[in-house]
Amino acid sequence: MKTTKINVKELTLHYGETKALDKITMEIKENQVTALIGPSGCGKSTFLRVINRMNDLIPTVGIVGTVLLDGENIYHDKQDVVVLRKRVGMVFQSPNPFPKSIYENVAYGPKIHGVKDKKALGEIIERSLHQAALWNEVKDRLHKPALGLSGGQQQRLCIARALAMEPEVILMDEPTSALDPISTMKIEELLNGLKERYTIVIVTHNMQQAARVSDDTAFFLSGVLVECGPTGEIFTKPAQQQTEDYITGRFG
Amino acid sequence: MGFSPKTTEKIAFMLLRLAVLFIVVILLTIIGYLVKNGLSIISWEFITSMPRRGMTAGGIWPAILGTVYLVSGTIAVALPLGVMAAIYLTEYAGDNFFTRLVRLAVVNLAGVPSIVFGLFGLGFFVIMLGFGASILAGSLTLAIMVLPIIITTTEEALKNVPAAYRQASLALGATKWQTIWRIVLPQALPGIMTGSILGISRAAGETAPILFTAAAFFLPRLPGSIFDQVMALPYHLYIMATQVPGADPTIAYGTALTLMAIVLGLNFTAVLIRLRFRKKTV
Repeated sequence: MKTTKINVKELTLHYGETKALDKITMEIKENQVTALIGPSGCGKSTFLRVINRMNDLIPTVGIVGTVLLDGENIYHDKQDVVVLRKRVGMVFQSPNPFPKSIYENVAYGPKIHGVKDKKALGEIIERSLHQAALWNEVKDRLHKPALGLSGGQQQRLCIARALAMEPEVILMDEPTSALDPISTMKIEELLNGLKERYTIVIVTHNMQQAARVSDDTAFFLSGVLVECGPTGEIFTKPAQQQTEDYITGRFG
Repeated sequence: MGFSPKTTEKIAFMLLRLAVLFIVVILLTIIGYLVKNGLSIISWEFITSMPRRGMTAGGIWPAILGTVYLVSGTIAVALPLGVMAAIYLTEYAGDNFFTRLVRLAVVNLAGVPSIVFGLFGLGFFVIMLGFGASILAGSLTLAIMVLPIIITTTEEALKNVPAAYRQASLALGATKWQTIWRIVLPQALPGIMTGSILGISRAAGETAPILFTAAAFFLPRLPGSIFDQVMALPYHLYIMATQVPGADPTIAYGTALTLMAIVLGLNFTAVLIRLRFRKKTV
């Protein structure tokens, strides 16, 4: 039985007057892939960003409830957001490597947290690029611009960049929606290996993808968590009618 | 009107091309006029020697040097202040009354007539702070005048850095300042440079702000400290054209040509930098 990595209790989020998340309560298990599915605007990306406090960047946001990472509330006043984001990494929908070399992209995280030794950096970079299944493709051009890579490679670079921080949790916000099918497949294969070391939460618009890669699935609708459970059950015997309607394509 | 859409388009494009041609023609006319009347006097000697015989003959070196000093002083003050202000406004300031007030102030500062800057500089830097007419007073006055240009172009450059880069950096656990210093500023650098060059070019060509604060009719020696007065190209142009009876008229044209060459050269460099970096980042 896997342990709970993240425990969310009665999480409600407002953007100004608009309620985006309504009393979300769920558990995210360690070393698993949890998929968040639901139609556009249902709040799944907002919920994802709660976990690494990226919503803090929006000035009108108001958050109530608790989010426990290994038992500690990350919204506690004393919580250092910088430390949190070391433990919880994020990969975005559109690949966003920095306009620097491949090397400098992966080294960015370790460097800002104080790693200066060239040898240590080199090792971190090689390990991360291996884990992201990108090493063989770029090992001979580490100092070339990252923007010269293809879309799929750029996204794997962003994954490597996040992995360089050795986080505990990796949040992925529709990581393959901007990519071609082959790149998508490569990244999905990655997830299987990554979950042995990391806890992964992935937002996806693509239900088949959720069914392929995740162990648990959570279905969001209009800011409410409708249902959450093992992926197999959600897709074959959902408990809620709304879940069944969404999965069978009756809406969304 | 009776014209077909295609004909209307042809007429419109022709008018647009004429407008552009008109602008180019004006610029070429000005340059041509200056070249025709002033090129003959341009020589290494003219540029590097001092004026002689009560400025009726000789070179314009002190004016060139003075302009260089003034402009250096201007940029040394306006660039850091302007860039920091722009960073604050773009990255840190909230949307509140204070921020809006600051933005309003910047916009209005840009509209102040240059002679008013000169008067302010006289009252504040020269007299009240006691700097006297000097490179210091002149540079500070020009710096205030040039500040809105630096602030607005830097803000533009910062805003053009995609939000995605900032998000990626913050998600990796960087602080806001680390993100600005390591990602945003380097990316905005070409835009900031372009803005500074435009600011320099403006400062080099203005007469009114330095009229009471720095410029001298004639100085027998080159300036030795920032508290000295200087000769400057725009002011020297005015002097040579109207205030020195018996002067060789070509000197004024030569001065104008030198000033134009500097200003056009700077603007051209700014454009080149922007073009080169646009190609690089795309």
